[in-house]
Amino acid sequence: MTNLEKYNKVFMETLEIEESKLEGLEYQAIPLWDSVGHMSLIAALEDKFDLMMDTEDIIDFSSFEKGKEILSANYGVEF
Amino acid sequence: MWRFEEYADSIAAVDEHKNQISYHELFLENCRLVERLKERCLTFILCSNTIGALIGYTTCINHHVVPLLLAEDMDKDLLEQLIKTYQPDYLWVPVKLRNAFENYSVEYEVFAYVLLKTEYQRVYRLNEKLCLLLTTSGSTGSPKLVRQSYENVVSNAQSIVQYLELNETERPITTLPMNYTYGLSIINSHLLVGATILFTEKGLMQKEFWRFFREVEATSFGGVPYTYEMLDKLRFYRMDLPSLRSMTQAGGKLQPELHKRFAEYAQKKGKRFYVMYGQAEATARMSYLPYDKSLGKYGSMGIAIPGGRFSVIDADGNEIRQPDTAGELVYEGPNVTLGYAECGEDLAKGDERHGRLETGDMARFDSDGYYYIVGRKKRFLKIFGNRVNLDGVDRLVKAEFGNIDCASAGRDDKLVLFITEEGLKEDIRAFLSQKTGLNSIAFAVHVIPEIPRNASGKVLYQEFGKYIEE
Repeated sequence: MTNLEKYNKVFMETLEIEESKLEGLEYQAIPLWDSVGHMSLIAALEDKFDLMMDTEDIIDFSSFEKGKEILSANYGVEF
Repeated sequence: MWRFEEYADSIAAVDEHKNQISYHELFLENCRLVERLKERCLTFILCSNTIGALIGYTTCINHHVVPLLLAEDMDKDLLEQLIKTYQPDYLWVPVKLRNAFENYSVEYEVFAYVLLKTEYQRVYRLNEKLCLLLTTSGSTGSPKLVRQSYENVVSNAQSIVQYLELNETERPITTLPMNYTYGLSIINSHLLVGATILFTEKGLMQKEFWRFFREVEATSFGGVPYTYEMLDKLRFYRMDLPSLRSMTQAGGKLQPELHKRFAEYAQKKGKRFYVMYGQAEATARMSYLPYDKSLGKYGSMGIAIPGGRFSVIDADGNEIRQPDTAGELVYEGPNVTLGYAECGEDLAKGDERHGRLETGDMARFDSDGYYYIVGRKKRFLKIFGNRVNLDGVDRLVKAEFGNIDCASAGRDDKLVLFITEEGLKEDIRAFLSQKTGLNSIAFAVHVIPEIPRNASGKVLYQEFGKYIEE
Protein backbone atom coordinates (compact mmCIF):
# COMPACT_ATOMS: atom_id res chain seq x y z
CA MET A 1 0.00 0.00 0.00
CA THR A 2 1.39 3.44 -0.84
CA ASN A 3 1.53 6.13 1.80
CA LEU A 4 -1.27 7.98 0.09
CA GLU A 5 -3.44 4.88 0.17
CA LYS A 6 -2.65 4.38 3.83
CA TYR A 7 -3.38 8.03 4.58
CA ASN A 8 -6.69 7.94 2.74
CA LYS A 9 -7.70 4.72 4.39
CA VAL A 10 -7.23 6.19 7.86
CA PHE A 11 -9.47 9.12 6.93
CA MET A 12 -12.09 6.88 5.37
CA GLU A 13 -12.21 4.54 8.34
CA THR A 14 -12.02 7.06 11.15
CA LEU A 15 -14.31 9.67 9.67
CA GLU A 16 -16.53 7.16 7.88
CA ILE A 17 -16.31 8.99 4.59
CA GLU A 18 -15.91 7.95 0.94
CA GLU A 19 -12.60 8.44 -0.80
CA SER A 20 -14.14 10.78 -3.36
CA LYS A 21 -15.02 13.25 -0.60
CA LEU A 22 -11.57 13.52 0.91
CA GLU A 23 -10.21 16.22 -1.32
CA GLY A 24 -10.69 19.66 0.21
CA LEU A 25 -12.10 18.17 3.43
CA GLU A 26 -11.63 20.52 6.37
CA TYR A 27 -11.85 20.18 10.14
CA GLN A 28 -15.46 20.47 11.33
CA ALA A 29 -16.82 20.27 7.76
CA ILE A 30 -18.55 17.00 8.66
CA PRO A 31 -20.05 16.06 12.04
CA LEU A 32 -17.57 13.24 12.58
CA TRP A 33 -14.54 15.47 12.25
CA ASP A 34 -15.01 17.38 15.49
CA SER A 35 -12.53 17.44 18.35
CA VAL A 36 -13.43 13.86 19.28
CA GLY A 37 -12.97 12.69 15.69
CA HIS A 38 -9.75 14.67 15.42
CA MET A 39 -8.24 12.83 18.33
CA SER A 40 -9.17 9.48 16.82
CA LEU A 41 -7.82 10.54 13.46
CA ILE A 42 -4.46 11.62 14.88
CA ALA A 43 -4.21 8.43 16.95
CA ALA A 44 -4.96 6.31 13.88
CA LEU A 45 -2.41 8.16 11.73
CA GLU A 46 0.26 7.84 14.40
CA ASP A 47 -0.48 4.17 14.55
CA LYS A 48 -0.47 3.64 10.80
CA PHE A 49 2.75 5.56 10.14
CA ASP A 50 4.38 4.66 13.43
CA LEU A 51 5.15 8.19 14.56
CA MET A 52 4.35 10.65 17.35
CA MET A 53 3.08 14.03 16.31
CA ASP A 54 3.96 17.27 18.09
CA THR A 55 1.31 19.44 19.71
CA GLU A 56 1.78 22.19 17.15
CA ASP A 57 1.23 19.73 14.30
CA ILE A 58 -1.86 18.21 15.86
CA ILE A 59 -3.57 21.58 16.24
CA ASP A 60 -2.33 22.77 12.84
CA PHE A 61 -3.83 19.71 11.13
CA SER A 62 -6.86 21.58 9.80
CA SER A 63 -7.61 19.80 6.52
CA PHE A 64 -7.02 16.67 4.48
CA GLU A 65 -4.36 18.50 2.44
CA LYS A 66 -2.75 20.23 5.42
CA GLY A 67 -2.27 16.86 7.07
CA LYS A 68 -0.31 15.54 4.11
CA GLU A 69 1.84 18.65 4.16
CA ILE A 70 2.57 18.20 7.87
CA LEU A 71 3.35 14.50 7.60
CA SER A 72 5.73 15.00 4.69
CA ALA A 73 7.42 18.17 5.99
CA ASN A 74 7.91 17.12 9.62
CA TYR A 75 7.80 13.33 9.69
CA GLY A 76 9.38 12.28 6.41
CA VAL A 77 6.26 10.61 5.07
CA GLU A 78 6.40 10.90 1.31
CA PHE A 79 3.28 11.05 -0.76
CA MET B 1 -28.24 37.85 41.22
CA TRP B 2 -25.15 39.67 40.00
CA ARG B 3 -24.27 43.24 40.89
CA PHE B 4 -22.66 44.36 37.66
CA GLU B 5 -22.46 48.00 38.71
CA GLU B 6 -20.11 47.06 41.51
CA TYR B 7 -17.51 46.14 38.91
CA ALA B 8 -18.61 48.79 36.40
CA ASP B 9 -15.18 49.52 34.93
CA SER B 10 -13.96 45.93 34.81
CA ILE B 11 -14.21 43.88 31.64
CA ALA B 12 -16.89 41.20 31.90
CA ALA B 13 -16.15 39.40 28.65
CA VAL B 14 -13.77 39.31 25.72
CA ASP B 15 -14.29 37.26 22.57
CA GLU B 16 -12.05 35.88 19.86
CA HIS B 17 -13.09 38.65 17.44
CA LYS B 18 -11.66 41.29 19.76
CA ASN B 19 -15.03 42.41 21.04
CA GLN B 20 -15.22 43.18 24.70
CA ILE B 21 -17.85 44.36 27.11
CA SER B 22 -17.41 45.97 30.52
CA TYR B 23 -19.64 45.21 33.47
CA HIS B 24 -21.23 48.61 33.07
CA GLU B 25 -21.94 47.96 29.40
CA LEU B 26 -23.31 44.54 30.23
CA PHE B 27 -25.61 46.20 32.76
CA LEU B 28 -26.79 48.65 30.08
CA GLU B 29 -27.32 45.88 27.51
CA ASN B 30 -29.42 44.05 30.08
CA CYS B 31 -31.54 47.15 30.64
CA ARG B 32 -32.14 47.57 26.90
CA LEU B 33 -33.05 43.96 26.28
CA VAL B 34 -35.35 43.66 29.26
CA GLU B 35 -37.48 46.49 27.92
CA ARG B 36 -38.44 44.18 25.04
CA LEU B 37 -39.40 41.32 27.30
CA LYS B 38 -42.65 40.71 29.08
CA GLU B 39 -42.28 40.44 32.84
CA ARG B 40 -41.65 37.04 34.37
CA CYS B 41 -42.02 35.01 31.19
CA LEU B 42 -40.30 31.97 29.67
CA THR B 43 -37.49 32.32 27.11
CA PHE B 44 -35.50 29.68 25.29
CA ILE B 45 -31.85 30.56 24.73
CA LEU B 46 -29.89 28.76 22.02
CA CYS B 47 -26.47 29.04 23.54
CA SER B 48 -23.08 29.59 21.99
CA ASN B 49 -19.96 30.77 23.73
CA THR B 50 -20.44 34.36 22.67
CA ILE B 51 -21.12 37.75 24.21
CA GLY B 52 -24.57 37.76 22.58
CA ALA B 53 -25.56 34.61 24.47
CA LEU B 54 -24.15 36.08 27.70
CA ILE B 55 -26.26 39.23 27.31
CA GLY B 56 -29.44 37.19 26.84
CA TYR B 57 -28.67 34.89 29.73
CA THR B 58 -27.71 37.57 32.26
CA THR B 59 -30.71 39.71 31.29
CA CYS B 60 -33.05 36.83 32.02
CA ILE B 61 -31.51 35.95 35.35
CA ASN B 62 -31.08 39.48 36.67
CA HIS B 63 -34.60 40.45 35.63
CA HIS B 64 -36.53 37.34 36.68
CA VAL B 65 -37.27 36.03 33.21
CA VAL B 66 -36.88 32.25 33.22
CA PRO B 67 -34.56 30.89 30.53
CA LEU B 68 -34.26 27.34 29.25
CA LEU B 69 -30.69 26.96 28.04
CA LEU B 70 -30.20 24.78 24.97
CA ALA B 71 -27.35 24.08 22.57
CA GLU B 72 -27.48 26.22 19.44
CA ASP B 73 -26.96 23.16 17.27
CA MET B 74 -29.49 20.96 19.01
CA ASP B 75 -31.64 18.59 17.01
CA LYS B 76 -34.45 20.47 15.29
CA ASP B 77 -37.17 17.95 16.14
CA LEU B 78 -36.27 17.95 19.81
CA LEU B 79 -36.31 21.72 19.88
CA GLU B 80 -39.74 21.82 18.28
CA GLN B 81 -40.97 19.29 20.78
CA LEU B 82 -39.68 21.45 23.64
CA ILE B 83 -41.30 24.56 22.19
CA LYS B 84 -44.64 22.74 21.95
CA THR B 85 -44.30 21.34 25.44
CA TYR B 86 -43.31 24.51 27.28
CA GLN B 87 -44.65 27.24 24.97
CA PRO B 88 -42.03 29.95 25.58
CA ASP B 89 -42.80 33.62 24.96
CA TYR B 90 -39.44 34.26 23.31
CA LEU B 91 -36.41 32.67 21.74
CA TRP B 92 -32.97 34.25 22.02
CA VAL B 93 -30.99 32.85 19.10
CA PRO B 94 -27.86 33.56 17.06
CA VAL B 95 -28.66 35.75 14.03
CA LYS B 96 -27.37 33.04 11.72
CA LEU B 97 -30.21 30.76 12.85
CA ARG B 98 -32.90 33.37 12.37
CA ASN B 99 -34.13 31.77 9.12
CA ALA B 100 -34.93 28.55 10.89
CA PHE B 101 -37.72 30.38 12.74
CA GLU B 102 -39.59 32.16 9.98
CA ASN B 103 -42.87 32.26 11.84
CA TYR B 104 -41.48 34.34 14.67
CA SER B 105 -40.99 38.10 14.50
CA VAL B 106 -37.68 39.75 15.36
CA GLU B 107 -38.08 42.07 18.33
CA TYR B 108 -34.51 43.10 18.98
CA GLU B 109 -30.97 42.42 17.83
CA VAL B 110 -27.60 42.89 19.51
CA PHE B 111 -24.17 41.21 19.39
CA ALA B 112 -25.25 38.80 16.62
CA TYR B 113 -28.24 37.55 18.64
CA VAL B 114 -31.91 38.17 17.95
CA LEU B 115 -34.95 38.13 20.16
CA LEU B 116 -37.80 36.26 18.49
CA LYS B 117 -41.36 36.48 19.70
CA THR B 118 -43.44 33.33 19.55
CA GLU B 119 -47.21 33.04 19.34
CA TYR B 120 -47.38 32.12 23.05
CA GLN B 121 -48.26 34.53 25.85
CA ARG B 122 -47.24 33.45 29.33
CA VAL B 123 -49.04 30.16 28.92
CA TYR B 124 -47.78 28.40 32.03
CA ARG B 125 -47.44 29.75 35.52
CA LEU B 126 -43.85 29.99 36.74
CA ASN B 127 -43.16 29.24 40.38
CA GLU B 128 -41.70 32.32 42.10
CA LYS B 129 -38.55 30.43 43.08
CA LEU B 130 -37.80 29.22 39.56
CA CYS B 131 -34.62 30.79 38.16
CA LEU B 132 -33.64 28.70 35.15
CA LEU B 133 -34.17 25.43 33.34
CA LEU B 134 -31.65 23.00 31.94
CA THR B 135 -32.02 19.75 30.08
CA THR B 136 -30.83 16.68 31.93
CA SER B 137 -27.87 16.58 29.50
CA GLY B 138 -27.50 14.15 26.64
CA SER B 139 -31.01 14.56 25.27
CA THR B 140 -32.50 11.24 24.35
CA GLY B 141 -35.81 12.62 23.23
CA SER B 142 -37.15 13.37 26.67
CA PRO B 143 -38.46 16.88 27.38
CA LYS B 144 -37.43 16.46 31.02
CA LEU B 145 -35.88 19.57 32.52
CA VAL B 146 -34.13 20.39 35.77
CA ARG B 147 -35.70 23.29 37.70
CA GLN B 148 -33.12 25.46 39.45
CA SER B 149 -34.06 28.16 41.93
CA TYR B 150 -32.44 31.55 42.52
CA GLU B 151 -31.11 30.25 45.82
CA ASN B 152 -29.66 27.18 44.06
CA VAL B 153 -27.76 29.23 41.53
CA VAL B 154 -26.47 31.86 43.97
CA SER B 155 -25.46 29.42 46.69
CA ASN B 156 -23.64 27.12 44.28
CA ALA B 157 -21.80 30.02 42.63
CA GLN B 158 -20.79 31.33 46.07
CA SER B 159 -19.47 27.93 47.14
CA ILE B 160 -17.45 27.67 43.95
CA VAL B 161 -16.01 31.15 44.48
CA GLN B 162 -15.02 30.11 47.99
CA TYR B 163 -13.34 26.77 47.30
CA LEU B 164 -11.64 27.81 44.05
CA GLU B 165 -10.66 31.11 45.72
CA LEU B 166 -11.87 33.15 42.77
CA ASN B 167 -11.43 36.90 42.50
CA GLU B 168 -11.63 39.66 39.89
CA THR B 169 -8.22 38.80 38.41
CA GLU B 170 -9.46 35.47 37.04
CA ARG B 171 -9.80 35.01 33.27
CA PRO B 172 -11.48 31.66 32.52
CA ILE B 173 -11.57 30.60 28.87
CA THR B 174 -14.64 28.74 27.58
CA THR B 175 -14.12 25.07 26.82
CA LEU B 176 -17.63 23.85 27.65
CA PRO B 177 -21.04 24.85 26.33
CA MET B 178 -22.96 27.49 28.25
CA ASN B 179 -26.07 25.29 28.29
CA TYR B 180 -24.10 22.57 30.04
CA THR B 181 -24.44 22.89 33.80
CA TYR B 182 -20.69 22.77 34.41
CA GLY B 183 -19.94 25.38 31.74
CA LEU B 184 -22.70 27.57 33.14
CA SER B 185 -21.36 27.28 36.69
CA ILE B 186 -18.04 28.70 35.52
CA ILE B 187 -19.85 31.72 34.09
CA ASN B 188 -22.11 32.14 37.12
CA SER B 189 -19.29 32.03 39.66
CA HIS B 190 -16.94 34.30 37.75
CA LEU B 191 -19.58 36.98 37.15
CA LEU B 192 -20.10 37.03 40.90
CA VAL B 193 -16.54 38.25 41.54
CA GLY B 194 -16.15 40.62 38.60
CA ALA B 195 -13.76 38.41 36.64
CA THR B 196 -13.27 38.49 32.85
CA ILE B 197 -14.72 35.60 30.84
CA LEU B 198 -12.92 34.75 27.61
CA PHE B 199 -15.33 33.53 24.97
CA THR B 200 -14.26 31.36 22.07
CA GLU B 201 -16.16 28.98 19.87
CA LYS B 202 -12.92 27.26 18.92
CA GLY B 203 -11.89 24.03 20.57
CA LEU B 204 -8.80 22.52 22.15
CA MET B 205 -7.87 20.81 18.91
CA GLN B 206 -7.54 24.10 17.04
CA LYS B 207 -4.55 26.36 16.74
CA GLU B 208 -6.79 29.41 16.99
CA PHE B 209 -7.91 28.33 20.46
CA TRP B 210 -4.39 28.27 21.83
CA ARG B 211 -3.48 31.50 20.06
CA PHE B 212 -6.45 33.19 21.75
CA PHE B 213 -5.56 31.51 25.06
CA ARG B 214 -2.09 33.05 25.00
CA GLU B 215 -3.17 36.42 23.60
CA VAL B 216 -5.75 37.07 26.28
CA GLU B 217 -3.80 35.30 29.02
CA ALA B 218 -6.36 32.80 30.21
CA THR B 219 -5.96 31.75 33.84
CA SER B 220 -8.22 28.69 33.95
CA PHE B 221 -10.37 26.25 32.05
CA GLY B 222 -12.62 23.31 32.81
CA GLY B 223 -12.92 19.97 31.13
CA VAL B 224 -14.77 16.67 31.12
CA PRO B 225 -12.79 13.42 31.19
CA TYR B 226 -12.62 13.43 27.42
CA THR B 227 -11.11 16.93 27.45
CA TYR B 228 -8.26 15.63 29.58
CA GLU B 229 -7.75 12.67 27.29
CA MET B 230 -7.42 15.11 24.42
CA LEU B 231 -5.00 17.28 26.37
CA ASP B 232 -2.99 14.19 27.19
CA LYS B 233 -2.90 13.31 23.51
CA LEU B 234 -1.81 16.87 22.74
CA ARG B 235 1.15 16.45 25.09
CA PHE B 236 -0.32 19.34 27.03
CA TYR B 237 2.36 18.95 29.70
CA ARG B 238 4.93 20.37 27.32
CA MET B 239 2.96 23.46 26.38
CA ASP B 240 4.18 26.75 27.69
CA LEU B 241 1.19 28.49 29.29
CA PRO B 242 2.51 30.97 31.84
CA SER B 243 -0.87 32.64 32.44
CA LEU B 244 -2.59 29.38 33.41
CA ARG B 245 -3.31 29.08 37.14
CA SER B 246 -5.85 26.33 37.51
CA MET B 247 -7.67 23.55 35.73
CA THR B 248 -10.91 21.95 36.85
CA GLN B 249 -12.40 18.62 35.88
CA ALA B 250 -15.95 17.30 36.21
CA GLY B 251 -18.63 15.64 34.09
CA GLY B 252 -17.65 12.05 34.80
CA LYS B 253 -14.92 10.08 36.45
CA LEU B 254 -11.42 10.77 35.19
CA GLN B 255 -9.28 7.66 34.88
CA PRO B 256 -7.10 7.57 38.00
CA GLU B 257 -3.96 7.34 35.83
CA LEU B 258 -4.85 10.56 34.03
CA HIS B 259 -5.85 12.20 37.29
CA LYS B 260 -2.41 11.42 38.63
CA ARG B 261 -0.65 12.64 35.51
CA PHE B 262 -2.38 16.03 35.58
CA ALA B 263 -1.90 16.33 39.33
CA GLU B 264 1.82 15.75 38.86
CA TYR B 265 1.95 18.26 36.04
CA ALA B 266 0.16 20.85 38.18
CA GLN B 267 2.41 20.28 41.15
CA LYS B 268 5.54 20.54 39.06
CA LYS B 269 4.45 23.70 37.26
CA GLY B 270 2.93 25.44 40.27
CA LYS B 271 -0.62 25.22 39.00
CA ARG B 272 -3.80 23.99 40.63
CA PHE B 273 -5.73 20.98 39.44
CA TYR B 274 -9.19 20.39 40.88
CA VAL B 275 -11.20 17.24 40.31
CA MET B 276 -14.85 17.85 41.11
CA TYR B 277 -18.18 16.08 41.04
CA GLY B 278 -21.64 17.35 40.32
CA GLN B 279 -24.96 17.04 38.54
CA ALA B 280 -27.49 19.42 37.03
CA GLU B 281 -29.82 18.18 39.80
CA ALA B 282 -27.51 19.84 42.32
CA THR B 283 -27.26 23.00 40.18
CA ALA B 284 -23.68 22.08 39.24
CA ARG B 285 -21.11 21.24 41.88
CA MET B 286 -21.32 18.93 44.88
CA SER B 287 -17.69 18.10 45.59
CA TYR B 288 -14.13 19.15 44.94
CA LEU B 289 -10.77 17.65 45.70
CA PRO B 290 -8.57 20.41 47.17
CA TYR B 291 -5.68 21.03 44.79
CA ASP B 292 -3.05 20.22 47.39
CA LYS B 293 -4.64 16.78 47.81
CA SER B 294 -4.87 16.16 44.09
CA LEU B 295 -1.81 13.93 43.97
CA GLY B 296 -2.12 12.33 47.41
CA LYS B 297 -5.76 11.40 46.82
CA TYR B 298 -5.83 10.88 43.09
CA GLY B 299 -8.85 8.88 41.95
CA SER B 300 -11.01 10.63 44.56
CA MET B 301 -13.66 13.25 43.85
CA GLY B 302 -12.91 14.87 47.15
CA ILE B 303 -15.16 16.32 49.80
CA ALA B 304 -18.48 18.18 49.82
CA ILE B 305 -18.36 21.81 48.72
CA PRO B 306 -18.81 24.53 51.37
CA GLY B 307 -22.41 24.39 52.60
CA GLY B 308 -22.96 20.81 51.44
CA ARG B 309 -22.89 17.41 53.09
CA PHE B 310 -22.43 13.89 51.75
CA SER B 311 -23.58 10.58 53.14
CA VAL B 312 -23.64 7.07 51.77
CA ILE B 313 -26.68 4.88 52.29
CA ASP B 314 -27.28 1.15 52.00
CA ALA B 315 -30.11 -0.53 50.09
CA ASP B 316 -32.50 0.05 53.04
CA GLY B 317 -31.70 3.74 53.17
CA ASN B 318 -29.60 3.54 56.34
CA GLU B 319 -26.48 5.65 56.53
CA ILE B 320 -23.22 3.72 56.20
CA ARG B 321 -20.70 4.81 58.84
CA GLN B 322 -17.97 2.36 57.96
CA PRO B 323 -15.23 3.69 55.62
CA ASP B 324 -14.62 1.91 52.31
CA THR B 325 -18.12 0.50 52.13
CA ALA B 326 -20.00 1.21 48.92
CA GLY B 327 -23.50 2.62 48.94
CA GLU B 328 -25.57 5.21 47.17
CA LEU B 329 -24.20 8.71 47.46
CA VAL B 330 -26.60 11.25 48.98
CA TYR B 331 -26.00 14.98 48.93
CA GLU B 332 -27.63 17.67 51.04
CA GLY B 333 -27.20 21.38 50.49
CA PRO B 334 -28.83 24.62 49.35
CA ASN B 335 -27.89 23.85 45.73
CA VAL B 336 -30.11 20.76 45.51
CA THR B 337 -32.57 21.80 42.83
CA LEU B 338 -36.34 22.04 43.11
CA GLY B 339 -37.02 18.96 40.98
CA TYR B 340 -37.83 18.11 37.39
CA ALA B 341 -40.34 19.44 34.91
CA GLU B 342 -41.81 17.16 32.29
CA CYS B 343 -44.64 19.39 31.10
CA GLY B 344 -45.64 23.05 31.16
CA GLU B 345 -47.75 22.70 34.30
CA ASP B 346 -44.69 21.48 36.21
CA LEU B 347 -43.13 24.95 35.96
CA ALA B 348 -45.50 26.04 38.72
CA LYS B 349 -44.24 23.37 41.08
CA GLY B 350 -42.24 24.33 44.16
CA ASP B 351 -39.43 22.54 45.95
CA GLU B 352 -39.89 18.79 45.77
CA ARG B 353 -36.49 17.72 47.07
CA HIS B 354 -36.10 19.86 50.19
CA GLY B 355 -32.36 20.02 49.93
CA ARG B 356 -31.68 16.29 49.64
CA LEU B 357 -30.55 14.47 46.51
CA GLU B 358 -30.04 10.76 46.04
CA THR B 359 -27.44 10.96 43.32
CA GLY B 360 -27.83 7.54 41.71
CA ASP B 361 -24.07 7.16 41.94
CA MET B 362 -22.46 4.51 44.10
CA ALA B 363 -19.63 5.76 46.28
CA ARG B 364 -17.44 5.02 49.28
CA PHE B 365 -15.37 7.24 51.55
CA ASP B 366 -11.93 6.52 52.93
CA SER B 367 -10.83 6.90 56.54
CA ASP B 368 -9.88 10.54 55.89
CA GLY B 369 -13.39 11.30 54.64
CA TYR B 370 -12.56 11.56 50.92
CA TYR B 371 -15.14 10.20 48.54
CA TYR B 372 -14.68 7.88 45.56
CA ILE B 373 -17.24 7.06 42.90
CA VAL B 374 -17.36 3.31 42.38
CA GLY B 375 -20.31 2.80 40.06
CA ARG B 376 -23.85 3.74 39.17
CA LYS B 377 -27.19 2.67 40.41
CA LYS B 378 -29.09 3.77 37.34
CA ARG B 379 -28.69 2.74 33.75
CA PHE B 380 -26.88 5.65 32.17
CA LEU B 381 -23.51 6.41 30.67
CA LYS B 382 -21.51 9.58 30.47
CA ILE B 383 -20.50 10.27 26.92
CA PHE B 384 -18.07 13.14 26.50
CA GLY B 385 -19.42 14.49 29.78
CA ASN B 386 -23.08 14.15 28.79
CA ARG B 387 -25.41 11.86 30.61
CA VAL B 388 -27.07 9.41 28.26
CA ASN B 389 -29.93 7.38 29.65
CA LEU B 390 -29.70 3.85 28.26
CA ASP B 391 -33.41 3.06 28.56
CA GLY B 392 -34.07 6.35 26.80
CA VAL B 393 -31.80 5.28 23.96
CA ASP B 394 -33.65 1.98 23.64
CA ARG B 395 -36.99 3.77 23.49
CA LEU B 396 -35.70 6.27 20.94
CA VAL B 397 -34.35 3.56 18.64
CA LYS B 398 -37.48 1.46 18.93
CA ALA B 399 -39.67 4.42 18.05
CA GLU B 400 -37.58 5.31 15.01
CA PHE B 401 -36.89 1.83 13.66
CA GLY B 402 -40.24 0.08 13.71
CA ASN B 403 -40.15 -1.26 17.24
CA ILE B 404 -37.12 -3.52 16.65
CA ASP B 405 -35.76 -5.56 19.52
CA CYS B 406 -32.79 -3.75 21.01
CA ALA B 407 -30.94 -3.09 24.26
CA SER B 408 -28.07 -0.76 25.00
CA ALA B 409 -25.12 -1.15 27.31
CA GLY B 410 -21.50 -0.02 27.31
CA ARG B 411 -19.09 2.05 29.32
CA ASP B 412 -18.43 5.80 29.51
CA ASP B 413 -17.67 7.30 26.10
CA LYS B 414 -18.74 4.08 24.37
CA LEU B 415 -22.38 3.09 24.05
CA VAL B 416 -23.07 -0.29 22.50
CA LEU B 417 -26.53 -0.99 21.14
CA PHE B 418 -27.46 -4.63 20.59
CA ILE B 419 -29.95 -5.48 17.87
CA THR B 420 -31.05 -8.69 16.23
CA GLU B 421 -31.71 -7.42 12.72
CA GLU B 422 -29.08 -7.04 10.02
CA GLY B 423 -28.71 -4.01 7.83
CA LEU B 424 -29.54 -1.24 10.28
CA LYS B 425 -26.17 -0.61 11.90
CA GLU B 426 -25.13 2.51 10.04
CA ASP B 427 -28.57 4.10 10.09
CA ILE B 428 -28.85 3.61 13.83
CA ARG B 429 -25.43 5.04 14.54
CA ALA B 430 -26.16 8.10 12.41
CA PHE B 431 -29.54 8.49 14.07
CA LEU B 432 -28.11 8.35 17.61
CA SER B 433 -25.39 10.79 16.74
CA GLN B 434 -27.90 13.23 15.28
CA LYS B 435 -30.32 12.96 18.20
CA THR B 436 -27.74 13.34 20.91
CA GLY B 437 -25.44 15.72 19.06
CA LEU B 438 -22.51 13.48 19.99
CA ASN B 439 -19.83 12.13 17.68
CA SER B 440 -20.88 8.74 16.29
CA ILE B 441 -17.50 7.34 17.33
CA ALA B 442 -19.22 6.94 20.70
CA PHE B 443 -21.86 4.59 19.30
CA ALA B 444 -21.37 0.99 18.26
CA VAL B 445 -24.10 -1.34 17.06
CA HIS B 446 -23.72 -5.11 17.42
CA VAL B 447 -26.00 -7.63 15.78
CA ILE B 448 -26.56 -10.67 17.98
CA PRO B 449 -28.91 -13.63 17.45
CA GLU B 450 -31.10 -12.79 20.42
CA ILE B 451 -31.37 -10.19 23.20
CA PRO B 452 -30.72 -12.19 26.39
CA ARG B 453 -33.71 -12.14 28.75
CA ASN B 454 -34.71 -13.95 31.91
CA ALA B 455 -37.91 -15.94 32.32
CA SER B 456 -39.97 -12.84 33.09
CA GLY B 457 -38.71 -11.05 30.00
CA LYS B 458 -36.28 -8.69 31.70
CA VAL B 459 -33.14 -7.94 29.71
CA LEU B 460 -30.02 -9.51 31.23
CA TYR B 461 -27.64 -6.60 30.78
CA GLN B 462 -24.75 -8.35 32.47
CA GLU B 463 -24.74 -10.80 29.55
CA PHE B 464 -23.54 -8.01 27.27
CA GLY B 465 -20.26 -7.72 29.13
CA LYS B 466 -18.57 -10.21 26.88
CA TYR B 467 -19.33 -8.13 23.78
CA ILE B 468 -18.01 -4.89 25.16
CA GLU B 469 -14.33 -4.24 24.76
CA GLU B 470 -12.69 -2.54 27.68
